[in-house]
Parts: sequence; structure tokens; C-alpha cells
Amino acid sequence: MEPLLALTSLVTDDPAGLLPARQQMALSLGWHIVLACFGVAFPTIIFAMHWRGIYRDDPDALVLAKRWSKVSAVLFAIGAVSGTVLSFEFGLLWPGLMSRFGDVLGLPFAFEGLAFFLEAIFLGIYLYGWGRIPPKQHLLMLVPMGITGVVGTFCVLAVNGWMNNPTGFRIEGGEVVDVQPWVAFLNDGVWMQFLHMWVAAFMVAGFAISAVYAAGMLRGRRDRHHRLGFTVPFVFATVAALLQPVIGHLLGSRLASTQPAKLAAFELALETESPSPLRLGGLLVDGEVRYALDIPYLGSLIARNSFTEPVQGLDTIPVDEQPPVNITHLAFQSMVGIGTLLALAVVLFWLARWRGHDLLGNRWFLRGAVLAGPLAVVALEAGWIATEVGRQPWVVYGVMRTTEAAGDNPGLWWLLGISTVVYTAMTVGAVVVLRSMARRWREGEEDLPSPYGPERESLEGADA
Amino acid sequence: MSLELAVAAALFTGVIAYALLGGADFGSGFYDLTAGGSRRGAELRTQVDHSLGPVWEANHVWLIYVLVVWWTGFPASFASTMSTLIFPMLFALLGIVLRGAAFAFRKYSGSLRQAQLFGAVFAASSLITPFFLGAAAGAIASGRVPAEGRGDVWGSWLTATSFFGGAIAVGTCAFLAGVFLVADAARAGRTHLVAQLRARTLGVGAVTGLVVFAALVPLHEDAPTLWAGLSGRALPLVLLSAAAGAATLWLLWVGRHSVARLTALVAVAAVVSGWGIGQYPWLLVDEVTLTDAAGAPATLAALLVAVGIAGAVVLPALAYLFSLTQSEKWADAGH
Repeated sequence: MEPLLALTSLVTDDPAGLLPARQQMALSLGWHIVLACFGVAFPTIIFAMHWRGIYRDDPDALVLAKRWSKVSAVLFAIGAVSGTVLSFEFGLLWPGLMSRFGDVLGLPFAFEGLAFFLEAIFLGIYLYGWGRIPPKQHLLMLVPMGITGVVGTFCVLAVNGWMNNPTGFRIEGGEVVDVQPWVAFLNDGVWMQFLHMWVAAFMVAGFAISAVYAAGMLRGRRDRHHRLGFTVPFVFATVAALLQPVIGHLLGSRLASTQPAKLAAFELALETESPSPLRLGGLLVDGEVRYALDIPYLGSLIARNSFTEPVQGLDTIPVDEQPPVNITHLAFQSMVGIGTLLALAVVLFWLARWRGHDLLGNRWFLRGAVLAGPLAVVALEAGWIATEVGRQPWVVYGVMRTTEAAGDNPGLWWLLGISTVVYTAMTVGAVVVLRSMARRWREGEEDLPSPYGPERESLEGADA
Repeated sequence: MSLELAVAAALFTGVIAYALLGGADFGSGFYDLTAGGSRRGAELRTQVDHSLGPVWEANHVWLIYVLVVWWTGFPASFASTMSTLIFPMLFALLGIVLRGAAFAFRKYSGSLRQAQLFGAVFAASSLITPFFLGAAAGAIASGRVPAEGRGDVWGSWLTATSFFGGAIAVGTCAFLAGVFLVADAARAGRTHLVAQLRARTLGVGAVTGLVVFAALVPLHEDAPTLWAGLSGRALPLVLLSAAAGAATLWLLWVGRHSVARLTALVAVAAVVSGWGIGQYPWLLVDEVTLTDAAGAPATLAALLVAVGIAGAVVLPALAYLFSLTQSEKWADAGH
């Protein structure tokens, strides 16, 4: 049948810069989005811990907050530079998009830059303020960082929302005219997309940090330090994981009217069926759905809030306007599946706790909590792939195709190769350094002096 | 002032701020690179860690500011510049990524060997970025970037103007960094380090001054439009830069480190402004003017609102950060 043609048409007659640009974007944005989550959520989580340390007079909490601030210094540094890569890439990879729509989509980026500016400033003050600024005042330095996390997320999602729901301009005789940057900024798509991403950031950071302490408890370190280090981020992750299905549902229910092709791909709906089933799993092979488990009515119920309203099928959409179906569908269902699993897991934990069972004593729960960190990252990546691939073949939905946005530079393959090496090295470097920090903390070294400093030399001398 | 000019002024203010603040951070890499073995260079590298640590990310954001204002205010020229200058931009970007990551990694390295590896990457990449950004500026200033589409990806920047642009960028960054490091070290009472850094900074300043004068020769042939601007409208700025540079050398020589920071900033700000005023009214020299390159007026107005808010919100915060880091209380390297 037709849909497969859509896939093949993607690889022919495309500008030479298209495929490498896509892969480059996948690598650099897929890497940055994880760090961005920490940039958005970590300051707030540290604030909770630091607040506890000061106002509840809790020395364990203070130690954790101080260590986390050092971890955030490493994560924010690589987050800042990988974000800069994206700024360059807009021009390097998508000259067609930027030259035509730069002045339509640019304004949110200006405000995002402003937010990033404030975050970087207060990060510097907070990191170096330990012992230099009065404690209560020092704690307050985290507040602007939490706020800029909200503003920054909103701005970036405003651009993505605009790409999915383009507005604030008209096309007249092939020219972009009547540009209204504020209308483009505050497009219909941004609000729910922002909430979805902001809450996702707390899921990723919350589950990832609590996973670290769950791993420690599995290795027998069951002191108060580890319990506290687990619980505070887990509370954030819990709230986020419970809100997320509601937000995701509201966001998804817009799709039937705004992006039917994306919804059809999400639901693997080849034809319009009334009522539509919920199709669990499944692949499109030779134009037919295979390996799927259909649950009747549920598709209509979830996507349309109705027992009868159908999900519009792919067969109603011109072949050259269909997204790659399998990637979109599988990514979407991975996100939803993992999100549901995580929501059930946190409910289980708190229910058990309410009934007087502490699951932190249960090795299987701890193993699950360790797994929840990477799973939240997978859900994040899957959700991002689902919405981005589901928007194809458009870069600006219904207005500009991705092929028109790309350049004709085949040399971009080299860029992709070098980037892969650099990002791999940066990942290895971060892991090595973060692990060495954790090791030294366990050995009782608290301040982590400069490796060049006299204190370190005397330490090494003492060892020898 | 027209909308386009106001946005261009905001954009160029960002360029100057990045050259001064980002430049001083990148320039530190020169001293780190040439500090010698791990024992001999320990004091200097610890000073670099301490001086850059709280400020480098904030200083780095000026680059993001410049890019965003550029693509929002003057979108077509941004696309053509990035496509044409893809190589210098990518090399500069590589330097930015490696510098930032390696700097953070070094500070928390678990062993001296790791610190040496990350330190070498940090220091070397600190020199790469200013060179290639300077080279890119040279390509724009010598009229080699087209208003639309992709120009010559090699020929546009493998030129005398770009080479000198890169060399001057590296030199001015190192000079600024040296002056600030000397002042930081003096405030912390590290007399030995002050002497070591002061000698090198004087050397860097003298060499950079010579390179700037040497650059005037090829500039005359290779970038006539810029030359005309520099020797005409922008001449007072060029002279101011020379005077402030010389004054900085003298102040360093006599040990007035705090005042030397100001004259060094004036010297670099003047030379960068000279470039901007020199190539006015062109955005991409000989190709497209600021007015013609500008995007939609509504967007320019909105951009000015964003810039105004930034001025009201970011500048006080930035002033607070610098007042802390440049104060006596923070001078102690602590931990």
C-alpha cells in the first residue's frame, strides 16, 4: 500500500545536506536534551535539599546540596557548550529555514538567551558562594535559576510549538509577509508542550538522581545520607510522573484537529475506523499492520475523548505528507509505556509506605529505582523522536518541507563523524570525572581541591 | 535612530562584550598552556581555575546573545555567513565545546594525570576559538561573504585579512586575560605569580601591538572598504586603542594592576568598535547593508523589547556577579 512510498520518497531527490543534517541534529539535540533537563530541574531539587539543610538544621542535607552543586557545575558546563552547538547548527544545517523564517521564530530564542544568561550568572554565584555569602542569602541564588528554567523551557518549546502550529505570518507571492513575532511566540501549541517538557525534565532529573542513591543502597550503603539523597529527588519525580499522563493526554487530544498525520502515525491508524482501537505495539510491514494487539474503543477514547469519534487514518493524507510511520509509532508507544510504568511504580512506593512498608528495604524495588533513571531518559528521547519525526516531512508544519530547509553541502557527513567522536569523548569524560568525584566523597574527601593545588599535592605525598 | 540601526547597535554591543569578557576567558588558555610542568605551573593553573570558574559561563552567553540577535534581526545574512564560513565557524565551535567541557572536567579531576589531559585540551582549545572567530570576522570585513546563498567555503577566509584577524583576536584575548590574571593574583597576594604573569603579559601586549600594525599593510590591499573606514571615520578609535594599549603596558610596568584592567578593556573595546564603525554601513562588507539585511520591522521592535528587558534584568545581575568575584573577599582561592 501507499505509506511505504512515503518512506522511500524521503531518500530520493533530497538535497545532499539533508540526511547528514538530520543525523547531526538527532545526535546533538538528543544529547543536549538530557543535560537541559538537569539545567531546568536540578536547581529546584538542590533548592529543596539546601533549604532543608538550613531551615531544618540538617547537616546531611547540607552535605548533599553542596555535593550536588558540584555535580551541577560539571553537568551545566557540558550542557552550556552542547546548547551552543545547536545555536550554530541552526545556520549551518538549516539555512533555508533560518533565512526565510529567522525573523518569525527568533524572538523566543532571544528570551531563552536572556533566561540562560541569568541562569549562568546565578550558577556562578551559587557555586562559588559556598562559605562566601551568608547561608540564607546564598540559598536564594537558586531561586532565579529555577525561574529561568521555566522561562527557558517555555521559550524553546515556543519555537517547537511554532514549528508544529505555525502562525504569526502570511505567505504572499512566495514571500513571508506580515510578520507578528509575539503571535508566533505565543502560538497555540506552546502551552501544553511547555508543561509536558518541563514536567519531563523533573522526571528525568528526579529519577536519575534517586537512581544513584538507590544503587548505593543496593551496595549496602543504607545510611541516612543515602535515604535522603534518594527521597528528595524521588518526591519531585513522583509529582512529575503523576502529572505527566494527564498533561500528555491533554496535549495529545489537540492532535486530531491540528496534526492528523502525526496522530495517525502515533496510533498506527492506516484507515479511519469508528470507533478506533488502541493499537499496542505493531509494525507496518508491506503496508499492513503486523504484531499489534488491538483493544477496541480505547483509541477513540484516549485520542478523542469519545466512544465513537475516529482517529483519522493515514489513507486520508497524501502520501508525500505522511511521516515515517514505524519510527513515530514505536517512539510514541515507548514513551507512553515507560511513562505509565513509572507512574505505577511511584504509586506503588507511596502506597506501600502509607501502609507501613518501606520499599527501600526491598532489593527488587531498588533495582527498579536504579532502572527508572535510564528509563526516564529513554522516555524523554522517545517522546522527542515521536513529535519530531511525526512532524515530517515538514519542518514548519504545512508550510515548509524539511528538504527546503536543508543545504546542499555533502561535507556535513564529515561533521557528523567528528561530532560523534567529540560527543563520545565528552560523555566518557563526564562519566570518569563524576565517578571520581563520587569515589573521593565516599573516601571522606569533601572539598575536592584543585588537582593542581598544594592541598592535593600534600595529600598525594601523604599517600606515597 | 532607525529600528535597524538600533538592533545593529544592540548586536554590536554584544560583539564587544563577548570580545572583552569571553575574550579574557579564552586568553587565559595561553598562560595555562605555557605555565610549564604540573608543579611549576600549579599556582598559575589554580589561579586560572579560580578566576574563570564563576564567570566563564555567563561570559560565554554573550556569544549566544550575538547569534540570536543576528539570526532574528538579520536572518538571510546569518544563513549565508554560516554556510560560507562553515569551516572557521565549526573550528571555533569545536574550541568552544572542548574548552568548556575540559575546563569543568579539569577542576574536578580525580588525578593529576587526568587534570593534565583535560588541562591541555582546555588550554589548546582556548586558542582555537578566538583565532577562527577572528578569521571569520576578517572574511566578513574583507567582503567575502555573499548576502545570500553559499560563498567560497575556503577562499573566503584563507586570506591575509582573516589570518591577521585571527592572530589579533588571539593576541588581544591573551593580553586582556593577562591583565586580569595579574590583578587577580595581586589581590590574592601571590607576589611570585604576579611577577611571572606580568612579564608574559607585557610580552603578549608588545607582540600584539606589532601584529596590529603589521596587519595594516595587507589590509590596505585585501580589505579596501575596511581600510577606508579605519583610516577615515574610525581613525580616532584606532588611535584611542593604541594609546590605551600603551598606557596598559606602562601601568603594568609600574605595578598599577587595578587601573590597568580599565585601560586594557578600553584598548580592546576601541579596536573592536573601530572594526564596526570602519565597516559601517555594511553588515556583510560590499554585499549587504544593515538596513537591507534587516528582517521584519515588527520583529526588530520586539527584539529591542527583549534587549531592553535584558538590560534591566541581566546587567544588574552581571554587575552583582562581577562585584563579588572582583572583591577582596573572593580573592582567596579557597576551594
